[in-house]
Amino acid sequence: MMHRMDRSVYMDYAATTPVDPRVTDAMLPYLTEHFGNPNSLYTLGRDAYRALESARESIAAGVGAQPQELVFTGCGTESDNSALIGISQMAAERKSRRHIVVSAFEHHAVLHPAEWLAKNGFDLTIVSPRADGVVHPGDLRAALRDDTALVSVMAANNEIGTIQPLAELAEAAHERGALFHTDAVQALGKIPFDVSEVGVDAASFSAHKIYGPKGAGVLYLKKGTPFRPLLMGGGQEFKKRSGTQNVAGAVAFAKALELMLAEQADEAERLSALRDRVVGGVLDGIANTRLNGTGPKLPGYANLIMLGCEGESMLLQLDSKGIAVSTGSACSSGSLEPSHVLLAIGCPAEEAHGSLRVTLGRFTTDEDVDRFLEVLPPIVERLRSMNPLYERMYGA
Amino acid sequence: MYSEKVMEHFNNPHNVGVIEDADGVGEVGNPVCGDVMKITIKVDDDRLTDIKFQTLGCGAAIATSSIITEMARGKTLEDAARITKQEVADELGGLPPAKMHCSVLATDGLKVAIDDYLTQHGREPLGEPLISSDPNFDPHAETHDDACDL
Repeated sequence: MMHRMDRSVYMDYAATTPVDPRVTDAMLPYLTEHFGNPNSLYTLGRDAYRALESARESIAAGVGAQPQELVFTGCGTESDNSALIGISQMAAERKSRRHIVVSAFEHHAVLHPAEWLAKNGFDLTIVSPRADGVVHPGDLRAALRDDTALVSVMAANNEIGTIQPLAELAEAAHERGALFHTDAVQALGKIPFDVSEVGVDAASFSAHKIYGPKGAGVLYLKKGTPFRPLLMGGGQEFKKRSGTQNVAGAVAFAKALELMLAEQADEAERLSALRDRVVGGVLDGIANTRLNGTGPKLPGYANLIMLGCEGESMLLQLDSKGIAVSTGSACSSGSLEPSHVLLAIGCPAEEAHGSLRVTLGRFTTDEDVDRFLEVLPPIVERLRSMNPLYERMYGA
Repeated sequence: MYSEKVMEHFNNPHNVGVIEDADGVGEVGNPVCGDVMKITIKVDDDRLTDIKFQTLGCGAAIATSSIITEMARGKTLEDAARITKQEVADELGGLPPAKMHCSVLATDGLKVAIDDYLTQHGREPLGEPLISSDPNFDPHAETHDDACDL
């Protein structure tokens, strides 16, 4: 079905996903024959407009929102940036609230705008998740103030996959009159997620994590949520995001979400079983390994520590055998700090350097898991044999 | 991001192991930072006759460890201790800017092993400065991709 290299095994679905051929089929006509600008008045434009609005309705129904509450953006990062900055600044202006709260293991698309706000007139409180990989509502309550404008906690973490108690967190924020945003990029389509059920004021989504194309995001803004647009210009997207809409991307997003929701229950079961095989195979088959985050997790997500191995080395060795995974080691990121997510849940730095994130998805098979479990142990053994401290630190 | 030669040395590192009756031992780095190197040397007539290494670290850390054992073998102690991180990187066909600090681990490890040999034999250590233990050493200095401070 997919264009896959011989024996190549993709296990990094949290990073991105291949576009499902059913999604490509749905979007292609809007790149070619129905190429019109949805803001043009003639037939071509009206066709594009109808496709855009029908995509909006479909996505809105999928997440429990009203169509006019959805803003098409360029990516998940844009949605996060727009929510953090756009809501906080407007809330500060209207209500004199100048305090924001985010969790310590947010994606950088949330953390960096939060830090930018902290340098531009806002107070920032960062709430740590606990060792289980969950932000506990009581910990959030303790961080809230009477002038808290916005709280942002992700729906599920991108590195360890832990699902956050969003409804309780949002309720805690609302009790103090603060607004609540969630980065739901990882959670969308993988677990039930309904904006009105969880009671969030804003949420970020991205198409390429759910077998849609890169470059298509959505920002949910509950009706009445104060917001100042980041992009100004032609006033598209209810004046909340100027710029000609990516019609093909929106159509693709809607199709991708429709497929995710139709297959959600079966996929959750299938991917959980495959993930359990990965985790069991590693923990039982390789000494000195452990799993990060004990809280409930997205199906198909596992973050494993191989003590005494460095993540980038494992990643490159796995790649040489055709297996793609990711790591929270410092060396893979270009910085010298290991994953801020792993540090936030209390994982010691020397262990975080040895982390592997394995995320499974629609095209993962039993054979892929077999291959991974066959290839990994000798790689770990070899790297440990080259580690001058391994016996001293972890030997029997 | 890595040159072919880095990948070659990473996939098939040269001189991995520990010389049991080593004349000098150098161990540098810290597992908290994610990289540790141990280098053992044999010395004859003030020349390095054998070198082996063990390294915990990323692709660049392993490749720089491997290449420095090749570069240093046969050299006098003084010449070997003066191999620079730039020479190590050049020999590998270059390193990504964020990985330049990895070559410091290799050059420092070798310096420590050579000084260990000299000290054990009651001689003055060469005392070539260790870059990684310099409090002013900034591994970030050569990276320009920190988008945090926009």
